[in-house]
Amino acid sequence: MLTLAVASALVFAVLGLLPGNVAQVMLGESATPEAVAALEHQLGLDRPALVRYADWLRGLATFDLGTSHAYDAPIAELIAERLVVTVPLALLAMALTVVLALAAGVYAASRHNRAGDLAVMAASQLGIALPSFWSGILLAMLFAVTLPWFPSGGFAGWHEDEGGGLWEGLRSLVLPAVALAVVQAAILARFTRSAVLDVLREDFVRTARAKGLTRRAVLWGHVLRNAMVPVLTVMGLQFANLITGTVVIENVFSLPGLGRLVFQAIGNRDLPLVQALVMLIAAAVVTINFVVDVLYAVIDPRLKLAGR
Amino acid sequence: MNFPSRALKHKSFVAGGVLVALLLALALLSFVWTPYPAAEIDVPNKLQPPSAAHWLGTDSLGRDIASQLIVGARASIAVGLIAVGIGIAGGVALGLLAAARRGWVEEAVMRLADFGLAFPALLTAIMLGAIYGPGLVTAIVAIGLFNIPEFARITRASANTVWSREFVLAARACGKGRLRTTLEHVLPNIASVLIVQATIRFAIAILAEASLSYLGLGAQPPLPSWGRMLSEGQSMMYQAPLLAVWPGLAIVLSVLGLNLMGDGLRDLLDPKLARSR
Repeated sequence: MLTLAVASALVFAVLGLLPGNVAQVMLGESATPEAVAALEHQLGLDRPALVRYADWLRGLATFDLGTSHAYDAPIAELIAERLVVTVPLALLAMALTVVLALAAGVYAASRHNRAGDLAVMAASQLGIALPSFWSGILLAMLFAVTLPWFPSGGFAGWHEDEGGGLWEGLRSLVLPAVALAVVQAAILARFTRSAVLDVLREDFVRTARAKGLTRRAVLWGHVLRNAMVPVLTVMGLQFANLITGTVVIENVFSLPGLGRLVFQAIGNRDLPLVQALVMLIAAAVVTINFVVDVLYAVIDPRLKLAGR
Repeated sequence: MNFPSRALKHKSFVAGGVLVALLLALALLSFVWTPYPAAEIDVPNKLQPPSAAHWLGTDSLGRDIASQLIVGARASIAVGLIAVGIGIAGGVALGLLAAARRGWVEEAVMRLADFGLAFPALLTAIMLGAIYGPGLVTAIVAIGLFNIPEFARITRASANTVWSREFVLAARACGKGRLRTTLEHVLPNIASVLIVQATIRFAIAILAEASLSYLGLGAQPPLPSWGRMLSEGQSMMYQAPLLAVWPGLAIVLSVLGLNLMGDGLRDLLDPKLARSR
């Protein structure tokens, strides 16, 4: 809560107070003083900053985020329309990332310095080096233009009466999600491999093997759980990367999600909308990191011990 | 065998080192020589395929692609070096402090890291760009600030694991203070994790700069950048697909080089791994 409070103060201060005249920034240098004054009044900028901050916080708590200057529509409504694209895209990308990375990372560690390890590491090196928007463009060229399996851009919608449906909606998200997941899975696979290799050298692993447990049982039952602390940290960090990634990839595939909305809001100098979106994304990241912190203690009870 | 001899025998370190040296050489070369002035427009020669005159062809305004790529390396190097430097300087110190002190200090550092992490580089760049205008400095500051909490969290998580080990308990029992224990036992044992992290962050910094430039939030014209070249190339994908291939390849090779070098360093610097071979 403290983090969120500080974040909200920073977002408000950066985008609401600095560098002086918000209305001038929104309207551009060529705006007449009358137009600037009118927008200032419309946005309530003629009131004290603390009053505006309190109003903004109250608005955040009640989802009354004001009106978008560029779209002339309630900001909460604009965000709700975009969430149905961005949330499934981020979840699909994260699910693909975790499945690919854990499988590849554990496999590579268990085949340390052998052909399987080298193949996974070579693939992950390439994956990390690929810019997601470049892989997105290449995927679209291959699987949308050359092989017309998926749409090259746009979002069909989740409802059949809009011309979309569950399957059509998912098809629109597959290529962007894969483009995002390739990079993230490559990074996570390296960390998983590195963490598993570190744990494999521990004495308790030798003890478990000496007890007669199979290599697979030790790997999935003992090693992976102990290796999960650094891996989980990276997964938490990757959520932030995924959010950043959606801004770029939604632009590559013309998906009407939150990421595209942020970018359009910047282009339109729609500062109230930018303010709301930045705060929303920041809140999502803080929540995810809090969940990761709670999971540490569940996975490794030793970390509950405070003080030494 | 001494370190340079071992390093020269490590294949991925050598391969990565060659790619990184090439990247550095290109960036340095751009200050004294390019085949053509990178920003020189030559419309009659637009969209030329690769030839002896234009090694990688020309773009939609007739600018030489090879020259733009060579000059574009500067932006990538500058962003990578400075952004990772900012991250290491701030993040490792904070992470080690959190792990050594625990209690309210750890809580405060982690909340600070959470707070920093709540602002991915792109968000910071968006906020800074909205106010000060987009540019290379904005991109460097945004990526660098985002690196601090990343390094802090990784350092704290890895250091916590080391602090729970018996040899650290033994060092503490011998009367070593927290600072000495941190510097002599904790830091060397998490160095390999930090090296891997630093190479990944360098790679991510190059990718982030490319993303910001692709969106128009990074290096601005006339300074060439690989991300903006990709964006321009995407719009000409059907007429001249190679325009979107060259800058992508430049990014991939640079990042690949850094990561191979980082992996090599991890093997060379980790005595436990070296002994197990």
